[in-house]
Parts: sequence; structure tokens; C-alpha cells
Amino acid sequence: MNRSSKILRYVSRRLIQGIPIILAIVVLNFFLLNLAEGDAVDVLAGEAGSATPEYMEEMRKKFGLDKPLPVQLAVYLKNVIQLDLGYSFRHDMQVTELIIDRFWPTLILMVSTILLAVGFGILLGLFAAINLNTWKDSVVSVFALITYATPLFWVGLMMIILFSIKNDWFPTSGMENSAMFYEGFERVKDIAHHLVLPTITLSLFYLALYTRMMRASMLEQYGQDYVITARAKGVSERRITFVHVLRNALLPVVTMAGVQVGALIGGSVIVESVFAWPGLGMLAFESLFARDLNLLLGIFLLSSALVVAVNLVVDVVYCFLDPRIEVN
Amino acid sequence: MADFWKRFSRNRQAVLGLIILCVVIFVAAIANIIYPGDPFLYSKFPLSAPGENGFLLGSDSIGRDVASGIAHGAKTSLLIGLIATLAAVFIGIIFGAFAGYYGGIVDDILMRVTEVFQTIPSFIFAILLVAIMKPSIESVVIAITVVSWPAVARLVRGEFLGLKNREFVQACHTLGMSDIRIMLAEILPNCLSPIIVIGSLMVATAILIESGLAFLGLGDPNVMSWGFIISDGRSMLRVAWWICTFPGIAILITVLAINLVGEGLNDALNPRLRERN
Amino acid sequence: MTDKLLQISNLDIVLPEGSERDLAVKDLNIDLSPGETLCIVGESGSGKSLTARALMGLLPAPHVRVEKGTISFCGEDLTKASEPRMRQIRGSEISMIFQEPMTALNPVMTIGVQIDEVFRYHADMSKSERRQRAIELLEDVQLPDPKQIVAAYPHELSGGQRQRAMIAMALALEPKILIADEPTTALDVTTQAQILKLISEMQTIHKSGVLFITHDFGVVADIADRVVVMQYGNVVETGTVDKVLNKPEHPYTKALIASVPSLVPRAPRSRSDQVVLSGDKIQKKFGGGKSLFGLGKPNRFVHAVKDVTLDLRRGETLGVVGESGSGKSTLARCIIRLLDSDSGNIMLDDVDIRALNRAEMRPLRTKIQMVFQDPFASLNPRIKVGQIISQGPIIQGQSKEKAESRARELLDIVGLDERAFNRYPHEFSGGQRQRIGIARALALDPEILVADEPVSALDVSIQAQILELLDQIRESMNLSMVFITHDLRVAAQVCDRLAVMRYGEIVETGATGKIFENPQHSYTKDLLAAVPGQKWDRKVAG
Repeated sequence: MNRSSKILRYVSRRLIQGIPIILAIVVLNFFLLNLAEGDAVDVLAGEAGSATPEYMEEMRKKFGLDKPLPVQLAVYLKNVIQLDLGYSFRHDMQVTELIIDRFWPTLILMVSTILLAVGFGILLGLFAAINLNTWKDSVVSVFALITYATPLFWVGLMMIILFSIKNDWFPTSGMENSAMFYEGFERVKDIAHHLVLPTITLSLFYLALYTRMMRASMLEQYGQDYVITARAKGVSERRITFVHVLRNALLPVVTMAGVQVGALIGGSVIVESVFAWPGLGMLAFESLFARDLNLLLGIFLLSSALVVAVNLVVDVVYCFLDPRIEVN
Repeated sequence: MADFWKRFSRNRQAVLGLIILCVVIFVAAIANIIYPGDPFLYSKFPLSAPGENGFLLGSDSIGRDVASGIAHGAKTSLLIGLIATLAAVFIGIIFGAFAGYYGGIVDDILMRVTEVFQTIPSFIFAILLVAIMKPSIESVVIAITVVSWPAVARLVRGEFLGLKNREFVQACHTLGMSDIRIMLAEILPNCLSPIIVIGSLMVATAILIESGLAFLGLGDPNVMSWGFIISDGRSMLRVAWWICTFPGIAILITVLAINLVGEGLNDALNPRLRERN
Repeated sequence: MTDKLLQISNLDIVLPEGSERDLAVKDLNIDLSPGETLCIVGESGSGKSLTARALMGLLPAPHVRVEKGTISFCGEDLTKASEPRMRQIRGSEISMIFQEPMTALNPVMTIGVQIDEVFRYHADMSKSERRQRAIELLEDVQLPDPKQIVAAYPHELSGGQRQRAMIAMALALEPKILIADEPTTALDVTTQAQILKLISEMQTIHKSGVLFITHDFGVVADIADRVVVMQYGNVVETGTVDKVLNKPEHPYTKALIASVPSLVPRAPRSRSDQVVLSGDKIQKKFGGGKSLFGLGKPNRFVHAVKDVTLDLRRGETLGVVGESGSGKSTLARCIIRLLDSDSGNIMLDDVDIRALNRAEMRPLRTKIQMVFQDPFASLNPRIKVGQIISQGPIIQGQSKEKAESRARELLDIVGLDERAFNRYPHEFSGGQRQRIGIARALALDPEILVADEPVSALDVSIQAQILELLDQIRESMNLSMVFITHDLRVAAQVCDRLAVMRYGEIVETGATGKIFENPQHSYTKDLLAAVPGQKWDRKVAG
């Protein structure tokens, strides 16, 4: 019953399973490239034609566009594996470099959002389940119901109206006040100040989602037989809730948290463009306007890879929560 | 049916949702009557506050009527939500049914595909699809369908997987019934309830995706939509709060209403499934 | 009456409004002494389980509650006890074990922690003492390697082991009363025998009073000192086990006892020598195989049916008996071509149906039909009864009118009203649904009926009716039958010949009477020895 080695084996298996997924996404990317008007190089160069004809000729050769589709795919795969995603003339930078540059702001936003949404979602759901059918439960449920139906960008704009325009509490845009050249702790404080509105905006929908899930999951677990067993042993209701039921109820929520990361990245496109947060989402928005499809594809690829990684982390967490994992 | 209605109407929130939804549908239906003409048509009264110059909900930066835009936008949102959902449910049922019923290679492929779909950020995928196909009603519908069907397929697959080994299905095999008939006449009716529920919730999600795309400038440029009004009013946020606020409220209550109806359906349809104990 | 542990007087338990009846339990009076085993027997819906819950103060509040009466435990009225006091009593003075040990244990906590909780809440012991005590308890209930089991999770144990762990937990603090709510119903018969033995051993050691809830008269005969028979919430008869089982007075008790199939096999019938169905070296493996994309999937095989050879003669009933996992259901499904067996042949008259594809098999479906186990899962809830019965013949090419008029006849044959034709399955009780299932199978006028545990989901009185119906039909239609069952009592009454299965193999075949009298294989002997209530049977017979 060596659990740690089992978990290690499980994790490595999941890691291997992630590879075909990434591969599938790369292939999907390739076909999307082909779907676009003109040949791939037109797309690569950006439709405004800011690339020189010489460069485009060179690219055509490099991508083997005169060759049959499978060969093109192979070439594309080779380039992706070498992390060569092409060049963005708009930004005058390698796409890979550009993406990595803009990755950190998005990561900050994602991490703070996940912490807020999952953490508070679990707490609120737990709170509602404990106070089932009281006014407290109703308030939480109505709150969740409404936020679950609100479009992100609208929340962002309303936040700006309320907290930036009417009351000048938080900045409307950007990640930091670069004109001030803050350093060290001051800089962290400044970024945190900028982070508040985007984080709340992006979290609200998921907060509602996790609250509803947690509440439902708690209620389902309360109905299980083992709860009666625990009562029959004389275990206190407190312990039944916080030890027996809570742990079982968390399992589906954790799974969901992993599944939702992809959606969260999608949401960050909107939130970042509302708050001009200089991350991948903002970059995606910019490339949309510039019709820089290749850059968009690169962002798509990287964000997918990010989801695979996060899912792996979630799987490991799940392993520690659910002892039955090796059965499946 | 009467039984179903009784259970549904016991849920007051669901009834409220249904009423709101009916109002939205009504407004969409009579948009051309109450606001005849092109909603893109501008007037000489830009940035009128709500109530000013005969604009119920104000006007935007070039004097377009926000209320008219909302009424016409309702048509767009509901239509796109409905069509995309129907398409996604149709595709999802076919894939899910075959994968769940036959298992094997179809199932393997389907599961890999849904895994990929679960991994890729679906909203970014939708953005990409619309950007590549050029923004139009069709491309928006296709994009929403493409990112939505795997959820239905997974659900249907799960239902079929659970039902195909039920004894009543085995009994059909012993009678010599054909696979297609077993799938359509025996199994499918037994998983309609969850399909209806997920479908209704998907309409809500589709409306949210559509408004998000329109907000990013990926809506059909010739069709009025809620997301477009908000996106257009963004730059006027400081001087004209109403341009962004009212369409957002329209989205909110529509999506909320559909969600409430969906949950009501869930409560009303599910007891039948659980009843066997 | 101070020597009584428990005295329940005039207890009424109300059900929520709109239930089938107002009171789950009506005017209940029972008592229990130290060292005594009191069995509460009844069919489903008799109120026996709610009685147990009421004792523990664990009724599903607020809908179901004690309306009046007292539950006096060592002089203290538990209906008036505060919740903290009840918590003190539960687990230390009165404890309980349940029917389904898998769901009754928390899946994400180790057995050790779950036992430990009992001590944490009721005893002042250090952590190491508690752990030591847990290991000792697991030893007491005869679990192998208690040190490992302390650290194991419920899913890592077998059903019998889990129930032993539950018993260890329940007996941790030597409670005065142990309530056992159908604790062996989910277990195989050999495991059941071990658990029953364990409970009575534990009782002798701890001198607890045991309140044992069951539907099985065989179990009652083996363990009870006194018996309470319940029906629709009323106690219809109480008395010593000897009096209730051997000289029952109330008509309901009499009827129940008469429905219990006797272990003495029925007289053998004259048999034909014509073989209608035979299987030769049938093999079926599950699992493994195609793993094109599923990287790293373990290729585990389960050899469900191994080299099974059997034959069925015209007009006889061949019983296939075995415990869960023996492969008996898989075998049945291979025979009727619901599953494709891997090798061997299955001869139906002169045709090897194993080799046929689906289209070729279709016309032969009329010859062999199946009756299923679960009366709730075996009928499509969305299709009307008439259509369920008539669709077989229609598929086989009969006209709709003819098939439907035959379906109406069949409803009558299986003892249902003709009006059932236009109803949906959910409007019928379990026994009635089983009749519909039988009618569906008969609609094709089969020669052979494969019945997979057709009565195991039914109450004993309904079970007797369905068995009688099957018997009548078999006689009148000269059916040959393959009868799958785990219940040797049923097998004794229904089958002419038996095939005993274990781990996918037939270990012994022979005439039912012969096998019961003189089993050859050691497993058959174990199986027969484990059947509860044998002494009682001998008494009734002799």
C-alpha cells in the first residue's frame, strides 16, 4: 500500500496523457491557420502587409507551402516544438518572446482570481449549506444566482463607474503607475491596488459557480449513509460537517476548479481588455484589432498548455483528497 | 404533462423566470413595431440622458436610441442562443449516443476530443473561429456551437452508458430489436430530461458568449446586439453611464430568467428519474 | 421490570403528510433484556427500520418523528432525552450496524480514524491507547492483519471485511444494546453465516442485548431468542422464536412462514431426455483489449466464465447457483446472446447460436427468452405496458392487432387486469412489474426461458407468488428453464437439476435432491452449510 509511489505513477501517467492533448491542439492550430483567408504566410505576416515581400518568400519556403498538407503539418509541428511560433510585425518581436513577456501579468491575475473565487466560493457554499433554508442561505443563493447571470465585461464597466469614476478609489486601467517608478514593496502595493478591480470582476462569476456547487455538494453529502453512521457513533454535528461531509463535498469542487481554468483564461481576455491589464488577454484583444492571427494562435496554444499544467496540479491535489483514486 | 406543470409551478423562482423570459421574447417579437426602422439610424440628439428628447433609456454618442437597440438586440441574442444551442444539442446527441452505446473506438475518439475541448479555453477558441471566419451571425453561431457541443456529447454519452446496460434495454436485445430503434425509441426518451435541462442552461451561456464576442468587436456589424451597444458605449463611460448600463441589465435579466427556468425544469423533470427507488 | 434494558411502550411514529399511511409505526410495545436477541421481522414498508432509527434518536427529522409513547432505556425515557444526552448514549450505550457497509463508512477516512472517533467522543484515552484499542478490536472481529486494516480505506476491504469493521466500531465501548439493521442482506450467504456467528459470539462476550432487524426467517431461526413480527407499522405477533416460527397464530405470520421456500427439495419430476439447449466449453473474459489511445491503461482480465459445459432437457428447470461474482449472470447472458462469449459453442436445437451474427440470431430469439432480476430497471419507464409486451412479436413480423390481442391474453395469464395494457410501468408494484416482465418474455412463445434471479428483489410473500406463477406457466407451456439464483431455498423448490458455480466454473452438477443430500465438492458443502435456518427446517420437516 505504498501511496506515494502510487501517486507518483498516477501523476506521470497524467503527464503522459497531457502530451497528446497538446499535440491535438497544435494540429488544431495548424488547421485554423489553413482555414484563414490566403495562405499561412499571409496570416503570419499580418494582413496589413507590413512584412517585406522577401521575408514572405522566405517564410513560404520555410513552411514548405508548395508541399502537400501533411508535410506542411510536419514542418509546423517541428517549428512549434522548437518554440518557434513566428514573428509579429505589429510588435516587431518573436511571438514566443512576446507571449512570455505578457504571461506574468496574466498569471498574477489568474492566481489572485482563483484564490478569491475558489476560496470564497467554498466558504460561501459551506455557509449557505450550514444555514440551509434560513435568510442567510437565501441571501447567498440569490447573490450567486445573479452574479452567475452577469456578463463579465458589464461587471467591469459598472465597477469602473462606481469605484473609479464616481469614487476615485481604484485606478481604471493598467497594472502599475509606471510614471512613478516605484520599486520594491511600494511597487507591489501599487500593483495590488491596480489588481483589485480586475480580480473582483473576473472572480464574481466563478465565485458564484463554486458557491452553488459547494452548497449542492454539501447537501448531497449530508444525505449519505456514512453521516447516519457518524451520528450513530455519537459524533458531534460540528465534526460531521467539518470533517466527514466537508472533505467529501470538496472533491467535485476541486475537479470543477481544474475544469474551469480554461474558461477563466477566456474571461481574462475580456477583463484585461476592459481594464487594459497588460497580459495575454489584452494582447489577444490587440492582435484581434490588428488582425494579427498568428499571434492569436500563439496565445491560444500557450493558454491551452497552461490549462494542461494547471489540470495536472489539480489532479495531484485530488490524489491527496481522495484515497480511491487508484481504483479508477 | 399536467403533472409536470404542477411540479414546475411549485418552484416560484422558475415561474418568475418564465414570466421574465416571456416578456423578453415579447419585446423581441414586437421590436419592429415599437421601434420601426433601422436601430443603427442616428439622430441629432447625441448623448441624451434617459428620458431626454424622447429617448426612454437615453441615446449614444451619435444619437442612436439605446432602448431601440436593446429591443432589436433581444432578437439577436435569443435567436443566436437558440440556434447555436439546437445545433450543439443535435451534434452532441449524435456523438454522445454513438459513443455511449457502442463504446470502443468511437467512444475513445470522442473522449479524447472532449478532453481537448475541456482543455482549450473555449472563449478564446470562439474568438479565433469568428476572427478567422470574419464576424457575421453565421460565424458567431458556428463558433458557439463548436465550443458547446462537447458538453452535450459528454452528458448524452454518460446517460447512454448507464442506460444501455439496464435490463429493459437487454430485454429489447432479446426481442431482436435493432440498434437504431433501441437508441431512438428506448434509450433516448429516457435521457431527454437532462438534455432539456442542459439545453436550457446552454441558451443562457450562448447569450453570454455572444455578448462577449460582440463586446470585443466580433459581432455581426450589420446586426444590432447588446454586446455591441456596450462595447460602443465604453469610451463614453465617464459622460454617459446609461449606454453601457441598460444593455447589461438586459443581458443579466435574460440570462437569469433562462437559468431560473432551467433549474425549474431540472427540479420538475428529475424526480421521474429518481423515482425507481 | 428494572432488569429490562429497553422498554418501548405505545410508540407511534408519524410519517410526513401525503405518505401512504399516517403512522410508520403504531402503538409499538417491545422490550429487550441483557444478553437477549430480539428479531424484528417484516417485509419492506413494515416500519421495522424506522423503529431502530427512533431508538437511536435518528429519525429523519422534521418529517418523521415520534408522536407518542416512551422508549425507556435503563429507566431513562429516550424520547425526552436532550440531543447532547442522546449523543452520549449513541455509540457508547446503544450502537448500530447497517445494511450496506460500503456506503455506511466514510470513503475518504481510514478505518482506524473511524473507529477512533468512537473513543474520542466517549472515552478519555490517549492517542496511542486509542490506536492500540482499535487494533485489538479489529483482532476481536477476526480481521486479518489488523495493523494494516487500521490504515486502510473502506474501498480496500471486501464487503464482509467492511461489515466486520463496522461491528468492531459498534462494539468498541461494549454497548448495552446493539441494533443491527439487516446487517447481512448485502452479503453472500457464506459471509452472512460468518457475520451472524461473529455477532452472536460478541454478544456472549459482552452480554449486550441485540435488536436484529431482518426480513429473512432463516436468519431469525438461527439467532433469535424472541421474535416480533411487523406488518404496516403494527406488531402482529410476538413471542419466543420457537412459538412464532413453529406455532404461529396470526394469519400474516402464518402466510409469511408458509412463503419461505423449504430447504427440502421438491420431489423430482419425470424428465425427458431430449436436449433443447447445450453449452460446450463456453468462455468469457472481460476487460483489457483495445487500448489504442488510452495510454497506460492496465490490461486487467476477469475470467468470468471458464470452460462451462451444461445441457438443458425439454421441460426441466436447470438451476445455476452461486454467490456474487461467480459468473452465473454472465453465463446466462452468454447463453441468450446478450454477451458474445469468447469460445465454445451453444447449441439451440441443432444450431450453434454462438456463431450467429445479430441478423441471423433474430429469428431464433423467439425460441429463447429472458426474465430479469430488477422489476424496476427491466421495464422502460417511458413505454406503456401493452407496447412493452407486444413489441417483441411485432419485431418478429406479427401484425399489430394480433400481437396486441395476444398481449391482453398474456396479461390475464400472468394475473394482471387487462386495463394494465394502457398504463405505464411506474403505476405497478414490484411483483406486478415482474409479472409484466414474464408476459413480455412469453409473448414470443419461447421454448426456453432464462430467468436471472427473478425473485431476489422481491419480498418473500411476493416471491412465493411469482415462483408459483413461473411454475404454472412452465407446466402449461411445457417450457424448459435456466434459473439463475443465489438462494438455495429457492433453488430447492424450483429446480430439477443444479449447477453450482464458483469463480466462473461449474464445480458440481446433479439432481437437486442428490446435491442437497450428498454434496460432493467442498464448496457446495460450504454453501449448503451456510444457508440460515437449517435446524428449523429439519424440525418442520421432521
